[in-house]
Amino acid sequence: MTLTEKILARASGKAEVKAGDNVWVNTDVLLTHDVCGPGTIGVFKREFGQDAKVWDPKKIVIIPDHYIFTSDSKSNRNVDILRDFVKEQGIPYFYDVIEDPNGHWVFDASQGQLKRQYAASYAGVCHTALPLKGHTRPGEILFGTDSHTCMAGAFNMFATGIGNTDAGFILGTGKLLVKVPETMHFRLEGRLPKGVMAKDVILHIIGDIGFDGATYRAMQFDGPGAQALDMDDRMTIANMAIEAGGKNGIFECDEKTIAFVNEKTRLNGTKSTFRPVDLDRDQTFIYDKTFDLSKLEPTIALHPDPGNRALARECAHIPLDRAYIGSCTGGKTSDFLAFAQIIKGHKVVIDTFGVPATPDVVQDLQNTEWKGKTVWAILEEAGVQMTENASCAACLGGPTDTFGRLNRPMNCITATNRNFPGRMGHKESKVFLASPYTVAASALTGHITDPREYL
Amino acid sequence: MSQTVSGKIYVVKDNIDTDQIIPAQYLNLVPTIPEEYEKLGSYALCGLPESAYPVRFVPEGKGQTPYAIVVGGRNFGCGSSREHAPIAMGASGSRVVIAESFARIFFRNCVATGELYPLETPRRLCETLKTGDDGTVDLEKATLTINGKTHNLKPLGEAKPVIDAGGLFEYARKTGMIESRGK
Repeated sequence: MTLTEKILARASGKAEVKAGDNVWVNTDVLLTHDVCGPGTIGVFKREFGQDAKVWDPKKIVIIPDHYIFTSDSKSNRNVDILRDFVKEQGIPYFYDVIEDPNGHWVFDASQGQLKRQYAASYAGVCHTALPLKGHTRPGEILFGTDSHTCMAGAFNMFATGIGNTDAGFILGTGKLLVKVPETMHFRLEGRLPKGVMAKDVILHIIGDIGFDGATYRAMQFDGPGAQALDMDDRMTIANMAIEAGGKNGIFECDEKTIAFVNEKTRLNGTKSTFRPVDLDRDQTFIYDKTFDLSKLEPTIALHPDPGNRALARECAHIPLDRAYIGSCTGGKTSDFLAFAQIIKGHKVVIDTFGVPATPDVVQDLQNTEWKGKTVWAILEEAGVQMTENASCAACLGGPTDTFGRLNRPMNCITATNRNFPGRMGHKESKVFLASPYTVAASALTGHITDPREYL
Repeated sequence: MSQTVSGKIYVVKDNIDTDQIIPAQYLNLVPTIPEEYEKLGSYALCGLPESAYPVRFVPEGKGQTPYAIVVGGRNFGCGSSREHAPIAMGASGSRVVIAESFARIFFRNCVATGELYPLETPRRLCETLKTGDDGTVDLEKATLTINGKTHNLKPLGEAKPVIDAGGLFEYARKTGMIESRGK
């Protein structure tokens, strides 16, 4: 069996499953957030009753992260709906924007967008926060009401996005009917060359198989090239399985995975036992290809879809109005450090926005010093508009007052994960996906730029 | 429930992602709150760029669409997992979406909510059909008939009884997978 088949077999209590089987699986973690949580709660109450209890409060993780730092009253209300439900159900893992369990969240626009407006309990973007808070464990099943839930596949989990109705069903029963996907095998060899990041790997692969090349399928990444990647890189790759239509992306479990999971589960006091799945000798793949990472170059997904691949060095003719770094995919500490490596000592020539994925990233950048100056200050001095308000922000547009949102037609290069029309706001805008290196180099020139010129 | 759907057709091309079906700025609306459900319907497909789609799916200031049937190309409903997408289309009064292929989560959300019948077509219809054409979809036979010409669609198979029942929960009750209401 493939890694995905092994997890689904275990979760459904079967010795063996094969692609195409429909199986009821037990959920280890259900993740939801402020834009799909209220609807999920609505489905749960409508179907199981106003007084119904969730199947297991400890297996539910609720992370408000999408529309937080906005004056939109319905968005603020949605965070309150989550808080009320958490209180009613006794759910321990709720990463609230405010301290007071009886309070109401109201964003104060008069303080501006840059200054921190959240309590210590707040965790930021759910997919990045989930592993940091010790909720990702090898061999487990994670469902989330968000398509980028597949990011947790980096931790040797079966992780996939679902809708409110399926999530409401899980809240009541802990179970979901899942079709076992066929597995596509991506064997990675070699090491990333200078100037090339994990983002380039996944943009290259999506360009190879097409924006729908993995529809209904699992994407399994293994081999020595995968083992050489650190956890942040694996997360970036698994995150974008959905951009090829994939049901999930999954990596092997190794000592890096175990060290990460052990540390984070201990820090947050979450469940620390787990059983990874390892590679079988006999695996059936519907696709099998080896990628030599050392041959890759800085890669772009051109407007209007993530499979529209080009090399950065071939795109210098494309002018830009804006650069953006942030999101689950591209807003991690390692992403910002790579970005800053190129930015330091220069000035950006187009509007450039930086939105850390989590409060930890803000702290890391404000505590890391290069030659006596914090990375945060280095970025600010270069002209990057850095906000402390970690969230999904303009990656998915959001309410019109969202930080960094494209409110008029423009060309934007971004370290985020999706570039369909209208994704970052205005539907006549053009969005170009790239690595943090490439976004940084392009911010310094005002057109798409191969970052190797700066390294 | 009637097993045919007749009405006007709205035609789109490949990769209509859920941001184009319901732009992210409207995800502040909660689909289980009735007035917000209706509001979602008024915004259905409003994220389509006007340069490519000059005719709106839901006319300005209206809550309902004149198009009961949507015909698309490949990878319809890709992108975000937002269930607001099939719900917005269903709330606008649309009943059927026909495409060469569907993104997995969108297809599943259509079935789970019972809002829309997602039917696959083996032939690329979005190049030959025009917005405003009148058509009839026979859900039993899996066909689309326009101007006397019948196109075969792929049968819905195991998803059809779930949508017929009104979605995942109604189906689960009907088949005894979960307890009936007011047991």
